[in-house]
Amino acid sequence: MIETVTSFSEIIEARSGEPVRTCYFCQKCTAGCPVVHAMDYQPAQVVRLILLGRKDTLLRSTAPWLCVSCETCGTRCPNGIRLAPVMDVLKEMALQEGVAPAEKKVYALHQSFIDSIRLWGRVHELSMLMEYKLRAIDIFTDIGMGLQLIIKGKIPVLPERIKNLEQVKALYRRTGR
Amino acid sequence: MRYSYYPGCTISATGVEYGRSIDAVCAALGIELVELEDWSCCGSSAAHALDHELSLSLPARNIALAQPSGLDTLMPCPACYQRTLNADKHLREDEGWRKEMETLLGFTYNGQGRPRHLLDVLGNDLPAEAITSRVKRPLKGLRPVSYYGCMLVRPPELTGWDDPEHPVLMDRLLVALGAEPVSWSYGVDCCGASLSLNRSDVVKTLVGRLVAAAEEAGANCIVTVCGMCHINLDTRQQGTQMPIFYLTELMGLAFDLPGREEWFRKHFTNPLPLLKSLGL
Amino acid sequence: MRKIGVFVCHCGLNIAGTVDVKRVVEAVEEYPGVVFATDYKYMCSDPGQALIQKAIADHELDGVVVAACSPAMHEVTFRKTARAAGVNPYLTEIANIREQISWVHEAEPDAATVKAIEIIETIIEKVRYDEPLEPFSLPLVKRALVIGGGIAGMTAALHIADAGYPVVLVEREAQLGGKMGQLSSLYLNFDTAPDLLQSRIEAVTRHPNIQVLTEAEVTELGGYVGNFTAKVNGSEPFTFDVGAIVVATGFDLLPQSELGEYGGGRYPDVIDSLQFEHMLAQGEIRRPSDGTLPKEVVWVQCAGSRDPELHKPYCSKICCMYVAKQAMAYKQRVPDGQAYVFYIDIRSQGKGYEEFVQRAMTEYDVLYLRGKVARVFAEDGRVVVWGVDTLSGKAVEVQADLVVLATAAVPSAGARDLAQRLRVSTDEYGFFSEAHPKLRPVESLTAGIFLAGAAQFPKDIPETVAQASGAAAKVLGLFAQREMVQEPTIAFVDEELCAGCGLCVAACPYEARVMHPWKPIAVVQTALCQGCGACVVACPNKASSLHNLATEQLLAMMEPVL
Repeated sequence: MIETVTSFSEIIEARSGEPVRTCYFCQKCTAGCPVVHAMDYQPAQVVRLILLGRKDTLLRSTAPWLCVSCETCGTRCPNGIRLAPVMDVLKEMALQEGVAPAEKKVYALHQSFIDSIRLWGRVHELSMLMEYKLRAIDIFTDIGMGLQLIIKGKIPVLPERIKNLEQVKALYRRTGR
Repeated sequence: MRYSYYPGCTISATGVEYGRSIDAVCAALGIELVELEDWSCCGSSAAHALDHELSLSLPARNIALAQPSGLDTLMPCPACYQRTLNADKHLREDEGWRKEMETLLGFTYNGQGRPRHLLDVLGNDLPAEAITSRVKRPLKGLRPVSYYGCMLVRPPELTGWDDPEHPVLMDRLLVALGAEPVSWSYGVDCCGASLSLNRSDVVKTLVGRLVAAAEEAGANCIVTVCGMCHINLDTRQQGTQMPIFYLTELMGLAFDLPGREEWFRKHFTNPLPLLKSLGL
Repeated sequence: MRKIGVFVCHCGLNIAGTVDVKRVVEAVEEYPGVVFATDYKYMCSDPGQALIQKAIADHELDGVVVAACSPAMHEVTFRKTARAAGVNPYLTEIANIREQISWVHEAEPDAATVKAIEIIETIIEKVRYDEPLEPFSLPLVKRALVIGGGIAGMTAALHIADAGYPVVLVEREAQLGGKMGQLSSLYLNFDTAPDLLQSRIEAVTRHPNIQVLTEAEVTELGGYVGNFTAKVNGSEPFTFDVGAIVVATGFDLLPQSELGEYGGGRYPDVIDSLQFEHMLAQGEIRRPSDGTLPKEVVWVQCAGSRDPELHKPYCSKICCMYVAKQAMAYKQRVPDGQAYVFYIDIRSQGKGYEEFVQRAMTEYDVLYLRGKVARVFAEDGRVVVWGVDTLSGKAVEVQADLVVLATAAVPSAGARDLAQRLRVSTDEYGFFSEAHPKLRPVESLTAGIFLAGAAQFPKDIPETVAQASGAAAKVLGLFAQREMVQEPTIAFVDEELCAGCGLCVAACPYEARVMHPWKPIAVVQTALCQGCGACVVACPNKASSLHNLATEQLLAMMEPVL
């Protein structure tokens, strides 16, 4: 049974601004995607699942989280569909509906990143990475490289806080974060 | 020549040598950079992944800050550049949202202070002699491939780059420096930098493919204008020693500017043996 | 004795490079009956032809042999040349010394020259026995018969009638309109089919040159191009003569009952596309089973088409477009309904067609699923459709209220029988065969019988109208002649020798030989005879013969080469 098919594709179109229903499945997006090998559904399949209304499948898919927004698909699509914004909508939707992100570490890094901006106005890599490692429960990966980065002076130990941080916080409050 | 300057977070961290080489090269070329007062992060890949609204409003703040000077804003990072262009487009096209932003950020949008990427400025705003006349040590024997990456050229309707599949601007500058750029087919392929920390398995595949392609093309180094690409290619290549340069580092080298040894020491893949072997 | 001139062509070096033309001229000059012989570089050129005409005048020739290329190339040319100088064209013959000699014996110029001489001598013998002939002229009945009163037949009839010729339009059903009469609206603009059709029907029925016979069928056809005699079994039997025929018998849908895997003919809520058209035309889309409004409707494309194993191997060509139209028409009437289309490929080749299908997908939210339907079965008052969406690799099950099968288009019932009565060939599926797939697509292989519309192969309305216009143009081209002209080199019967055994009637492949209505002899139907000579061989009494290929003539022609 196909669930309320068209309403879902309409929602995706409205939120992403991308005309997914014009897709005729030439698979050019899949063919050019640099990370397709790691995805559970290929980019063209993601579009297909949208048109089939398979929201649950999509919100649990790794594809949106692995999409690196390199815009290769969108640049080449004969129907002018950019999948990066579509993938963003799917990630946002998963979070809004309380679906656990299919790529936990990817989510953890993004979240740590925007948390860092809220704290300092800019990203402070050292504290951001520490938060990420706690969120991802992944303490030891790349620890050697991290130390080297500090030694080489490529990660400042102390953060810089912007003066009008209040304004940035206002932007966050606007979005309910 | 004066530009408003938005360094972005990377310049003070993993891209520190990028920032220092930009400072040195711009000074040598007579480009005055006025750092944007109290700039904040653009939100990069993280904001648009999790929160569409935030991905627009964070760069909008910087547009608001840049506007009074009326100067174009020079950005070294393609991600900052692309995100800011995107926000600028929304300010232009979505009136309701623009009004909200104007109230919140205390400015009136007038389209001034256009976001410009560093490569665009170096390649298009300077006469060719400005570069060639400053070359003291032509980069003879250096055979780089130009690596533009993804965010600089795409989406083309936003960036308006010369050719989103086969850009040539960087090659032109490298020729001006006396280098012998090699053509290859991977100049705008993605290196996967945003997954570098959390899915390094995926990224190692992508980086391996790029480095192998550069080797196959006969290149002895890769040149980039992106802090994310640089750290990713520099640290994630496996079993190869392909030096990754910032374009501005090579300009500094060709212009014989001081301080460059310190930039190169920040690299993980040591470029000094190559430079030494070429007498550079 | 006939005074014969022989003209040997060099054809540049094509002939003269191998054959010693001077030696040929010297040899044939000596042959009995030859009063003049010469050679020339290009005999077909203007000076070459002038040379022939001058020789005819100077030497009072009454027979001409041109030794040159194949008669297929220039027989007509040289016969015209000779006729202009006063020689009967059938006393002018070609000896082919290029294709049959110089081009195939390049390595042996001596032998080639000897063979050239012999061939020319053979043709000299032929000319010696040739009789002067004139082409037959046959009456041409300038009335057309159009079989089938759908859009194809009506279009052809109107064009022919508008040009001033009478047309008899025969329609099996009680009303004109054919399949178009069963349609509701048409792609690409949702024009109302009945409105468009009505204007045509009125034009046809009111046309002073068109006689419409409904509930009638052609039962018998005799005669030949320009002179057919047709019998029709309408309300009263009717026999009439026509000069040309347009076959426009259209198509039918493959009976649903043959599509067991789709529940065709088994479940009331599985219907075919014409039944759905009927609903659209009636303005009420209802489930046949319970009269409720269907909210989930599935179209199954290629139902019986592109299925070499079980049904028809060909693409029925019209379904992709009308299914898009039907699904859109459904959504216009039931905006909250869901339309699904299962397809293998979308074939939308035509001006504006692809854009139309894209509109179905994007504007009307018709969900296209790429894959064949495996099975359709009934469950809890609904029709369950099992298929696969090959684009996502997911199995799909739709609980449908109504399933519409886009069944394969097949030749209309009785087309094969009609083809036999008309002596027109059909393909393996029963569609009428065109004379040439590229260059003669509106002609049948039988002279004077033309094809229009889906009788030849499934076609949509614009393509049908175009072909019908082409068929009409061919009929008008025929009618533009004053009379039918027939080559005279055909068979004849010596009434003195004929015993009336009828063997020649059986032997003739063109049905050109019949028994005389009352005399015990066979007669030749001049217009049908192709001059093949089968009757000559069959005749035990040597009563059958061919003009200018008589038995004694052939024997004489053998002499020089024996």
